[in-house]
Amino acid sequence: MISVISTSLTDLWYGFGVALEPHNLMFCFIGVLVGNMVGVLPGMGPLATISILLPLTFGMKPVAAILMLGGVMYGAQYGGAICSILLNLPCHPPHAVTCLDGFPMTKQGRGGVALGLTVFASFVGASWGITEMIFLSPLLVRAALQFGPAEVCSLMLLGLLAGSTLARGSPIKGVAMTVLGLFLGSVGTDLETGSERYTLGMTELDDGIELIALALGLFGIAEFMNSINQVAAVNLKYTNIRFKDMRPTKADLKRSFFPMWRGTIIGSLCALIPGTGPTIASFVAYATEKKISRHPELFGTGLIEGVVCPEAATHSSVQGDFIPTMSLGIPGDAVMALLLGALMIQGIVPGPQLISQHPDIFWGLVASFWVGNILLVLLNVPLIGIWVKMLAIPYRYLYPSAMFFVCIGVYAANNDFFQVGEVVVIGLFGYILLRLGFHPAPILLGFVLGPRFEENFRRAMLISRGDIGVFVERPISAVFIALCVLLIGSQIYVRLRGAKTEIKPAGETAGASGAAPPQLAPQRVPVTPAE
Amino acid sequence: MAPKTAREEILRPSTSPLREFVRKRDFYAGGLMLLFGLGIALKGASYRAGTLMHMGPGFLPTALGVLLVLLGIAIAATAYSPSGETSKEDERILPEHPQWWGWFCILMSPVLFIFFGSEFGMIPGTFACIFIAALGDRNATWKGTLILSTVVTVFGVTLFSYFLQVPMPMLTWRGGL
Repeated sequence: MISVISTSLTDLWYGFGVALEPHNLMFCFIGVLVGNMVGVLPGMGPLATISILLPLTFGMKPVAAILMLGGVMYGAQYGGAICSILLNLPCHPPHAVTCLDGFPMTKQGRGGVALGLTVFASFVGASWGITEMIFLSPLLVRAALQFGPAEVCSLMLLGLLAGSTLARGSPIKGVAMTVLGLFLGSVGTDLETGSERYTLGMTELDDGIELIALALGLFGIAEFMNSINQVAAVNLKYTNIRFKDMRPTKADLKRSFFPMWRGTIIGSLCALIPGTGPTIASFVAYATEKKISRHPELFGTGLIEGVVCPEAATHSSVQGDFIPTMSLGIPGDAVMALLLGALMIQGIVPGPQLISQHPDIFWGLVASFWVGNILLVLLNVPLIGIWVKMLAIPYRYLYPSAMFFVCIGVYAANNDFFQVGEVVVIGLFGYILLRLGFHPAPILLGFVLGPRFEENFRRAMLISRGDIGVFVERPISAVFIALCVLLIGSQIYVRLRGAKTEIKPAGETAGASGAAPPQLAPQRVPVTPAE
Repeated sequence: MAPKTAREEILRPSTSPLREFVRKRDFYAGGLMLLFGLGIALKGASYRAGTLMHMGPGFLPTALGVLLVLLGIAIAATAYSPSGETSKEDERILPEHPQWWGWFCILMSPVLFIFFGSEFGMIPGTFACIFIAALGDRNATWKGTLILSTVVTVFGVTLFSYFLQVPMPMLTWRGGL
């Protein structure tokens, strides 16, 4: 046990060496800065931000690229928190609960304090998550290296099912999206037999659908189509925040200390359950905080506890999500799938062998999380005034510029105009799915895992000589399959019991304790033709 | 029952469960998945499926297609409530104020980027792409759109052509059109 800890610490030391190399440090800094800048813009959640900024990393070395994208991710997350606290516009589902108390605080003129403590809470949450990652990942890898194709296959199945049924919206639609994603992942040349599948005679599709085109189509173009002319002019009445407003009083600090830690613990517990990402963590954290509070009736009127607890939970759970993503190669949600996809673009095969084959990537990333989170704190102190000004950029300037980034980004992936055409088709298709009540995020999950799922499935079948029973005969695999059955069973049970109630994470946790249903961003208002 | 005329139907919307069913969003959502699944499965059947032990390229996609058909039916089934009551959830497929022009502009933006980018180079491609996208906003003015396109083009071309070295000529003439 002690040897495990000491190896982890030595590796971490090595990781800091990688992360603090001037070159890497610079890209981490750029990532945090740009991620924060784009993330703060109303209507740009982490998914859109990462996909739009992903092309910037194509020319880089893998370590620098993943460090920068890590920076982009938490920069965007914090940017989203600014947007939700000051404007009541949650661009990312986990921030929906932050608005409940964050925006009332802003109205009382205490928005700066909320922002300041959010930075602090996310740092605490993230630090805890990183610590978990340092010690749990090597253990998980040790277990995962024993896995045969059958185990890998059932584990992926569990990850996919959890990712699609526990996410937003109807579970069955989520599963349909995952299946669609798995299918899209199989388009192109079949790896084993070399025959073309579903290319419709287009040689450009031989290498499959481009990940970046899929991501930008679904989270870029489809989102813009959804938001165009529907985004309300933002209310900038309360956004006059400067650094000195961010300093919390002693009483604020004292009141938020325990909620912060409770949120952190809840977040890390949620990260351990596959598929329960930051959204569920933040809802559970808010509901818990409200339940154990001595004055639950005051929640929603601007309590600092209601801001720091869910924010700490979100960040601790996001960091926790990195554990299965990096050590097993199985992402829990679309953000992780995108980061994993970015690694694959760099030619790195995700899976349990990643830590031993590319220690610089894994430990460098772990160390850079800390470096990046400190950079985030340092950056936001002088720049908060600028971020707040950026909130005022109207959507009509924003989305055309973003469209350019979409086009050039997809082009830069392979220097091929065909893929820019792909993005149009995927975007239109994604918008239709959105209008039909599907959430397209699981598509990406299925798409990224698809090829590896198929490969392992085939291998498992080959080893077992075509006996499908292998998945339940091998004990570890049987446990994963049992969990899958449990997951489906519980979904059906919930559905049958509460026939009319929508199955949403919000409905199960926050809704039960009477929290107002949060609006998901961007806030839409009926368009009035005359102004 | 006396046969209704089309006009009467519009005036008095029927509340029969079946008719309510086909008006719900989930009916179309499920139907779309069903169609996709069918297409995938039928096309997949033309590839070699192989055996479970030696799977061919068609095995998994066909299985996924069949699964999608089943899921599509299940999704459509959730739209069917025998009592014929409408749920309060938003069942509209088109939003309240469809933005046909905005959608058209957004989708045309990459198309123009492809055309101008491949024929005349990055600067015209970028400009056209931003210009058409910006026109989609209902408050867009010619002047504002022009300024926005110019500014973003200068910035974007500098970033991508100069700093990131995206191999695309800035300005070229391929005798297109």
